[in-house]
Amino acid sequence: MSNESTTGAATPPEDALLATRDVTVDYGNRRALKETSLDFGAGTVTALIGPSGCGKSTYLRSINLMNREIEGCRIGGDVYYHGREVNNDQTDTYDLRKHIGMVFQQPNPFRKSVYENVAFAPRRHGLTDRARLDALVEESLRAAAIWDEVKDKLDNSAYALSGGQQQRLCIARTLAMRPDVVLMDEPCSALDPIATFSIEETIRDMASRGICVVIVTHNMEQAGRVADRTAFFLLGEMVECGPTADVFERPKDQRLEDYLTGRFG
Amino acid sequence: MASADARRAGAEGVVRRARAWDHVATVVLWAIVIAIIALLVATIGYVVVSGIGKALDPHFLTAKPEQFKEGGGIGPELFNSFYLLVLTLLISLPISLGGAIFLTQYAPSGPVTSVAKTAIETLSSLPSIVVGLFGMLTFVLGMGWGFSILSGALTLTMFNIPILVRTIQQALEAVPRDQRDAALALGLTRWEATVHILVPRAMPAIVTGVILSAGRVFGEAAALIYTAGQSAPALSWAAPITSMANPLNVMRPAETLAVHIWKINSEGVVPDLAAVSAGTAAVLMICILVFNVLARIVGRALERRMTAE
Repeated sequence: MSNESTTGAATPPEDALLATRDVTVDYGNRRALKETSLDFGAGTVTALIGPSGCGKSTYLRSINLMNREIEGCRIGGDVYYHGREVNNDQTDTYDLRKHIGMVFQQPNPFRKSVYENVAFAPRRHGLTDRARLDALVEESLRAAAIWDEVKDKLDNSAYALSGGQQQRLCIARTLAMRPDVVLMDEPCSALDPIATFSIEETIRDMASRGICVVIVTHNMEQAGRVADRTAFFLLGEMVECGPTADVFERPKDQRLEDYLTGRFG
Repeated sequence: MASADARRAGAEGVVRRARAWDHVATVVLWAIVIAIIALLVATIGYVVVSGIGKALDPHFLTAKPEQFKEGGGIGPELFNSFYLLVLTLLISLPISLGGAIFLTQYAPSGPVTSVAKTAIETLSSLPSIVVGLFGMLTFVLGMGWGFSILSGALTLTMFNIPILVRTIQQALEAVPRDQRDAALALGLTRWEATVHILVPRAMPAIVTGVILSAGRVFGEAAALIYTAGQSAPALSWAAPITSMANPLNVMRPAETLAVHIWKINSEGVVPDLAAVSAGTAAVLMICILVFNVLARIVGRALERRMTAE
């Protein structure tokens, strides 16, 4: 994991579950993300920090190739998942996204019942046995720490839940796919501190079960609380990446130090 | 000191003017609303009051029209109107749904798509008489189907598709983008996201739009005069399907309620012409009112069912 920010590194280390090499993102003629190479291991939490518009969300959305759904957006470079390069035309992006889950900034449950929110995608992917679906729904809701709050209202609309509950439902929905990577795009920015705390616990819990979590956050305390490693982005460039404590306490790059001391951003 | 007072006086003047304009705007807007409602109530009231006697008469609703003597009904016209409506919706709904889904979810934004969108918008405001004459040239003469329900239904389809595509397109575009993102991030295909997330979410608005467009189709006259024809053969369920008397035969001419109103007023000779015309208009108006009320009820009920709320 020493050569990760070296531009042009050819292949990722074997132990990286997920890695990018020289990933770029262009919107039309505008380059939103410069060559970014990072490795993510199983059971680790990596925070992507930086001021608004720095490219951290753009980078996150290129890992599961979601940027491809935006018209005029092009992802360059290599994305390795389990050692296999997936940023190409042959890869089944739909299959890839079953294994790389994503949680969005605004809670976006489907306008369906709580149960259906979790059961919908597994059923579409072929799980029809009612008993197994029930078990999966319970397991996923428990993993997202929301089971006790919703177990008596599984048939109610997800829209009747509070914002924090909706976001945990969205996490449960993602976990129901049994992903080994979960990408989170500022998942707590719309939530109050108590809901935020509960999501952070869920994040650590996911990591302890071997899931690789990548979380974009503008909240540096949050990065400090949940992330093993932190990567700092600025103006479309990945500036520095390392163990969270090192990044915050011993920044190597002047720009990161300026950011941490509040001189801009 | 003096300048501060002057400034305060100026600020008060601005606030006073803003409030005065607010009052004026409120009064003007109310006046406009009241004028519109009065116009609507007067029109609907006049049509319904002058025709309600006939419209509630079972004989009038079921009997066939008379050519020369009084006492004729509008039975065939009533059936024809509904039959044409059902056929038109059966043809235009799947096409419009497909077109709207393609335009909102699949079409790349480029010159072709924007030309298609402009064409649809233009077509949706095309005068219906133009659509009718086009239908006559294409279906009645070109295809040789004559004045027939088939020609009429296809012409109404052309008249209906642009409106339906726009309504469905708007309904689909009103669904927040994050719903589609959520589905795609779960590994669902664009088609699955559309069919299982977007369309159900947009369904109440789609149903409302379909029913409202049904009202327009139901009351359409100009597009049908030269396509479905102005004659209503007496109908009999016992007649074979190939007979002009069989109600379901799509090759028979079929005058609708709206066309009937136009025809008896322009060339009718029955003595009770005014009463028949008023009665037909009332029936037509009541049907469309029912469509509109239905649109709201069904839309709301669907919304509740689809969202588990």
